[in-house]
Amino acid sequence: MGDTQNLGTSPDEVQFRFRDDEPVDHAAVTVDSVLDQTNAAAVRIEPGDDARLLLPFLDRLALVEVNFPVFGDGRGYSAARILREAGYTGELRAVGAVLIDLLSHMRRCGFDSFAPDKRLDEEDAARAFATWANVYQRAADRRATIADKRHEA
Amino acid sequence: MKILTGNDLRSGAVTWWNGTGWSLFVDDAVDVGEEAEEILAREEAARRVNAPYACQATIDAAGHVRPAHIKDRVRALGPTVRRDLAVPTAQKTGWDWVI
Amino acid sequence: MYRYDSYDQAMVDARVAEFRDQARRRLEGKLTEDQFKPLRLTNGLYLQLHAYMLRVAIPYGTLDSRQMAMLATIADKYDRGYGHFTTRQNIQYNWIKLEDCADALADLATVEMHAIQTSGNCIRNISSDHFAGAAADEVVDPRPYAELMRQWSSFHPEFTYLPRKFKIAVIASEKDRAAMRLHDIGVRIVKRDGEVGAQFYAGGGMGRTPMVAPLIRDFVPIDQFITYAEACLRVYNRYGRRDNKYKARIKILVHELGAAEYIRQVEEEFAHLLSVGVEPPREELARIAEYFALPPFRHPSESWDLEQLQSKVAGDPSFRWDDGFGQWVRQNTHPHKAPGYVSAVISLKPAGGIPGDATSDQMRVVARLAKEYSFDELRVMHTQNLLLPHVRIADLPAVWAALDAAGLGSANMDTIEDIIACPGLDYCSLANARSIPLAQRISERFAQSGRTELVGELKLKISGCINACGHHHAGHIGILGVDKKGKENFQLSLGGSEAEDVSLAKITGPGFDEDGVIAAVETVTEVYLASRTEGERFLDTYRRIGMEPFKEALYG
Repeated sequence: MGDTQNLGTSPDEVQFRFRDDEPVDHAAVTVDSVLDQTNAAAVRIEPGDDARLLLPFLDRLALVEVNFPVFGDGRGYSAARILREAGYTGELRAVGAVLIDLLSHMRRCGFDSFAPDKRLDEEDAARAFATWANVYQRAADRRATIADKRHEA
Repeated sequence: MKILTGNDLRSGAVTWWNGTGWSLFVDDAVDVGEEAEEILAREEAARRVNAPYACQATIDAAGHVRPAHIKDRVRALGPTVRRDLAVPTAQKTGWDWVI
Repeated sequence: MYRYDSYDQAMVDARVAEFRDQARRRLEGKLTEDQFKPLRLTNGLYLQLHAYMLRVAIPYGTLDSRQMAMLATIADKYDRGYGHFTTRQNIQYNWIKLEDCADALADLATVEMHAIQTSGNCIRNISSDHFAGAAADEVVDPRPYAELMRQWSSFHPEFTYLPRKFKIAVIASEKDRAAMRLHDIGVRIVKRDGEVGAQFYAGGGMGRTPMVAPLIRDFVPIDQFITYAEACLRVYNRYGRRDNKYKARIKILVHELGAAEYIRQVEEEFAHLLSVGVEPPREELARIAEYFALPPFRHPSESWDLEQLQSKVAGDPSFRWDDGFGQWVRQNTHPHKAPGYVSAVISLKPAGGIPGDATSDQMRVVARLAKEYSFDELRVMHTQNLLLPHVRIADLPAVWAALDAAGLGSANMDTIEDIIACPGLDYCSLANARSIPLAQRISERFAQSGRTELVGELKLKISGCINACGHHHAGHIGILGVDKKGKENFQLSLGGSEAEDVSLAKITGPGFDEDGVIAAVETVTEVYLASRTEGERFLDTYRRIGMEPFKEALYG
């Protein structure tokens, strides 16, 4: 498994993290390797991977990295939601072309850690995470939506 | 000749490289020859122009700089259907020049 | 019509603040143009040929006088005194400065308007039937469903970086006045055994590979409506092609998978999402629908029917019943569900004019008329016209007189003068040829020859490039501008329709230069006039006699 050593991000590369547990210090493996190998606890999803293939293994996964090689490829948002909808509670890390203006949407899709290629301005990022005081859609963050609030008993 | 054009980052106005800066008037455009890439990269990085590119042009019989492509000639003057909004240009070409 | 509550207002305000911050970061150099471009696009800001262009959404085409007046103010304050109404019920300003854009958006937000998702690879402005809420033939008013979709699609966290743009239209009648089946998703609200539900079509579109959307589900219960749409989008987001932007629209996915396989995947995702529970609470649709209650129409005895109108004014020469007011009433009004009322089309197609353009002064006239005569409601039509949806027939003389005085009284709805044209090479950086001058010359020529009325319903649509913003594939006559060795050249096509009898136009043969294509349009109308039988429209004749007689006349 020598080629997996450089595949994933390390905890040092994580700039924002919304979890209290210890970051997993494993190199991530590919989705295919998880299917072949029973003990991997960290996996990396590329845009073309089917996140649903991981569903049988969720209880032993502690870290799923979702790679965004380019910021305009939005498949990772669906991957993230699919994992959260299936009950995945481990770390979900967005890596790669993670930019300021993507943070709020990524957070809503269930990402709880962020390892951008290039470190982001902390102040701009804080503002971005706080962009939406309320939200229209039900999503992986399970926030009550505007419609829910409108019709609270 | 090879000339450079782009849009002003703040206003969006069409501009042409005049050798030292960006002019609203196509007649000010100068031949940049081999320096095109270098000037484009430098000027865009400095945010003095947005989305710049090089295009071919000629000097027409009346001495005006005339871009080779109709798209750049439309850019040089303004919409042909709103001549009242034309660039306040020294270009005394008339609208047939565009087509 | 719908009104924002404090939540809706806060969302739009937050978006203005976010955009202001993005523009600041761009001007400070913290964002490159490559990074900024998708951000400005999802807020409707393009960089066009001459300047930045701002596209403002008019959700499902409905607006009030205060909003129209603000559109006029924006035109004067930040632009050059005019705007361009588009085929997707938006308005475009051609000369907005980047440094002013956030201020313009802030002004728009004060009247519950925005430019959210009017471009970019996301779900665009939800469009609808311009006669919604007024049409005699609608099952229900489709706009509450469109508004529910507007909220669902606004800032959708999963669907902001789709493979490509995504356009949705919602209608609620058998007649299709919104080109529904030429959208990425077309929804028809239907009633089955008293139950309201949604019929879904997916994978339609124009552009370089035009396709008519197949039916993918005949009936989605209305309390699962959003969930089903979410399933359609998720399958597309995951599997739509991203390797080639020209093959990235959902029509290609549906085509390559086959409708049956796309449907299977959507159904699987739908079943899953039903278990997750993403549908808004049932009460939300009811809350929205209250805003679309019918206005307090007056009793029919307080208005006239069209016959009474004619008998009252036909004798008054100032109304020019034969070629002025009467012609406008005959051509530009549409049957209304309330007796004594009609919907009145405000043509933005004066002969020789720029299709869809309106000056700020004209916008203010229209706003005033809406307030005075149409329960403060206006519509933007996909044909690039405006509409007063609820006009008392007895008020038509006053309405027409005011429109006529403002240069808005052209009686040419659905005629050869009512041309859809994209901005073309006069404004658009993608265009290969100019569209507007063609529209101007054709409308002028037919107006002058007096043949417009004789030719009758004829939908002429002009695009300046293959992206088909001018809907040329759906024109009874379509014109596509191409670049032929640096010269503008125009391909003619016949037989398209965006309506319930949807079809895609076929190219006649080799292209023409500008003069040539104008002559060609006249030629094909001559063939039609010589061949038509009683009551046939141009399209009907074409469908009956086929392409050959037209080809023969054009190239023979």
